[in-house]
Amino acid sequence: MIKVEHISKQFGTNDVLKDINLEVPENEVVVIIGPSGSGKSTLLRLINHLDVATSGYIHVDGEDITDENNDISSIQAKMGMVFQHFNLFPNLTVLENITLVPKRVKRLSVDEANEEAKKLLALVGLSDKVNAYPKSLSGGQQQRVGIARSLAMHPKYLLFDEPTSALDPEMVDDVLEVMKDLAKQGMTMIVVTHEMGFAREIANKVIFMADGVVVEEGSPNAIFGAPQHVRTKEFLGKVL
Amino acid sequence: MSFSYDMILDYAPFFMHGLLYTLLFSLCGVVFGTIFGLIIALGRMSKNPVISGIFKTYIGLFRGTPLFVQILITNFGVVPAIFGHSNPYIAGALSLSLNAAAYIAETFRSGVQSISEGQREAARTLGLSQFDTMRFIIVPQAIKIVIPALGNEFISLIKDSSLVSAISAPEITYWAQAMNAQYYVVWTPYLTVAVLYLILTLSASRLMKLWERKMA
Repeated sequence: MIKVEHISKQFGTNDVLKDINLEVPENEVVVIIGPSGSGKSTLLRLINHLDVATSGYIHVDGEDITDENNDISSIQAKMGMVFQHFNLFPNLTVLENITLVPKRVKRLSVDEANEEAKKLLALVGLSDKVNAYPKSLSGGQQQRVGIARSLAMHPKYLLFDEPTSALDPEMVDDVLEVMKDLAKQGMTMIVVTHEMGFAREIANKVIFMADGVVVEEGSPNAIFGAPQHVRTKEFLGKVL
Repeated sequence: MSFSYDMILDYAPFFMHGLLYTLLFSLCGVVFGTIFGLIIALGRMSKNPVISGIFKTYIGLFRGTPLFVQILITNFGVVPAIFGHSNPYIAGALSLSLNAAAYIAETFRSGVQSISEGQREAARTLGLSQFDTMRFIIVPQAIKIVIPALGNEFISLIKDSSLVSAISAPEITYWAQAMNAQYYVVWTPYLTVAVLYLILTLSASRLMKLWERKMA
């Protein structure tokens, strides 16, 4: 379980996150929605220590990632991250993007790493792109490679930072399908997204954030069907 | 203006010999300057303020003083202190390499810093060590970006190698001066070496273009 407690983040005098609390139980999908600048992405970056919180605690399976005395990288290793702009390594082929870290960190042999990478590529529907370079792929294909690359490290949790926001509309569904499959297999996921259909269908819990606070949270039916808060109603009115 | 082909023929063996040394000095500068430059660039970007301070000082000293003065200090100060006597070959190769390293380090640094933060973040979330991130992700991309700038450094190095003639390292400028002293002629020796330098720099620039295209 990932447990965020009283997390605040300031950039200079700017309060980006104010006293955030949330829980992500295992095998559940938590979707975070909200207007731009609400602090959703920042929260995700704090959870896997790409940024450091100003105050508060983030426990991952009971270990606090905000405590520098802990082995941060071993906590980080439990979480995979999928980025809005994919962040594939352009100097490596699709296969190498996926196998590099398993080979270097888990010391897998070339054959083991390749075999697993090919399985993962089949899973995301890109078996024919093994030797392609990222720049020759469409955005949707790149993002699916990004997901496969994260999965190769066998993370317990997957964090998605607006995974479809940089894609052409016709590419979005391919990526969402992969994410849905993962959710159905029981992967624990935190997804920051603007895809309301995905949230409604897949989320166990939807969190609505605005201005650095959690305004409202609940089941998809509760949030989309009967939002309680004025800010939530306003936001959903605009995007649905 | 008088130009004597007979004199050139007379001095041709010396110029050929000199050309070899010019090439060797330049090559030393390119190879060691690149290796040291990469190390200095990585040190300069260290998060440890003491380490980055040391490399910053190195770069500041070598870029802030004339190469000519560095050559003199190396030949008449540093090399005698280590080997007991001055040696223009060692001093020439050493001073050119150390100087080139400072410039190449800054070139590398600009290349590394131009790689988007997302690359480092992706590597970090996957659990790749900082060293491996540099080795497999950042440096290969940075090298590609800095090839044109690196080419300019290499070409400067070929031209700057002429300065080691002042410590009697027998490269082509040294032989031009010798010819000038022997025959009291100006145009013939200096135009000859000018043309030789031009051939070297144009060839180097062509080679860099080819490399650039191969890496693209």
